[in-house]
Amino acid sequence: METYYKPEDLPKFQEIGKEAPDLAKKFFEYYNTVFEEGELTEREKSLIALAVAHAVQCPYCIDAYTQTCLEKGSHLGEMTEAIHVAVAIRGGASLVHGLQMHNAADKISM
Amino acid sequence: MSLNRLKSFSKIENNGLSPFPQTLVNHNLSLTRDQTITLQINIGLHCNQVCRHCHLDAGPHRENDMMSRETMDRVIRFAAGNAFKVIDITGGAPELHPDLEYFIRKLKSYSNRLILRSNLTMLHEKGEALMDVLRETGTDIVASFPSLNDVQTAAIRGKGCFDISVLTLKKLNDFGYGKEDSGLCLDLVVNPSGAFLPPSQASQEKRFRKVLKQKCGIVFNNLYTFANVPLGRFLKWLEDSGNFEKYVEKLSSAFNPCTVDGLMCKTLISVSWDGYLYDCDFNQASGQFLGNRKLHISEINDPPEPGGHIATDYHCYTCTAGSGFT
Repeated sequence: METYYKPEDLPKFQEIGKEAPDLAKKFFEYYNTVFEEGELTEREKSLIALAVAHAVQCPYCIDAYTQTCLEKGSHLGEMTEAIHVAVAIRGGASLVHGLQMHNAADKISM
Repeated sequence: MSLNRLKSFSKIENNGLSPFPQTLVNHNLSLTRDQTITLQINIGLHCNQVCRHCHLDAGPHRENDMMSRETMDRVIRFAAGNAFKVIDITGGAPELHPDLEYFIRKLKSYSNRLILRSNLTMLHEKGEALMDVLRETGTDIVASFPSLNDVQTAAIRGKGCFDISVLTLKKLNDFGYGKEDSGLCLDLVVNPSGAFLPPSQASQEKRFRKVLKQKCGIVFNNLYTFANVPLGRFLKWLEDSGNFEKYVEKLSSAFNPCTVDGLMCKTLISVSWDGYLYDCDFNQASGQFLGNRKLHISEINDPPEPGGHIATDYHCYTCTAGSGFT
């Protein structure tokens, strides 16, 4: 079935540099540095990436970081909890806007 | 080499996977034997577990594939005539062999380091009597402990294995194993729970040490991370789950030329339960004899000479992926 997202495109990510090589070089250097062990371990960073991938709903990132999380030694329980963190923030971000709705409603209501 | 194995790998070869010897040539490398310092003996394929990543298809159904006392005595004579630095007893579950204690007591005097590989659940069943023998003979233990998570462990090794393994590790600690200055080494082996590569050994050791200490009060000496080898039961799972091609591609694309010099097959001789010789335990599983020559332990007095040929195949990409097999 023809789809917009093709799994075989993921390994071609670097090809994005064809049209703007300098920018791509800077981006990928930054990207790789971000995921190196620092104050956080590579395993912890990959769990954050997995959660963010779900928040931004990127199928490529979900595929890639599911694999990375497993390869960094995380298990399904940890990965599922990480996604719930993203879900909680996304849901909370929507819900907190309910206060704006209340404010707007209060303003025009008796 | 099994027919299934041939079929799987020839299919992937047609898709452009480079044969292992060709990859060595491409990197100007050669793989030949050094001085043999380790004698590894697989005393039988009988096992109480049916682990899904097992490259040997060991299990309860292999109860007849056990080393005879006669072959054990030949191995003992071979060990006595050569000063191996390490003697490594593996299986199956070696604890299931009725002559294990006899074998350990005989071999102990012929090497500085004697290792018993354990899946922990069978050691739990054999209990303190066997642990006493191991402690008394100073036998080190290398134990499978694939994950810190119950569900992940169950997926590989079966339900209940995690809790029993934790209990056994605690008991081994009580016996002094893994404790500083006890002289009793307890090492853990971690395998991934699927078709993906293992984490870095250093990071995983740090994490296991912290979690096992905090949550269970368990200590150990070293932790080794091993990739799963596409042979035996794991190969079948790869094929059935549609993961075979991607997994082997992953292994081959992670080829690290720096691992070749330290590969265990350069310094190890592996004896199967029926007494035949191999360059490693994985070549036992794929049916490739030592240097591609069928030889029985009764036919030799000395280990192979340095410079000798080592049998290789596609599964060798497992030991050269990433940081490699220790």
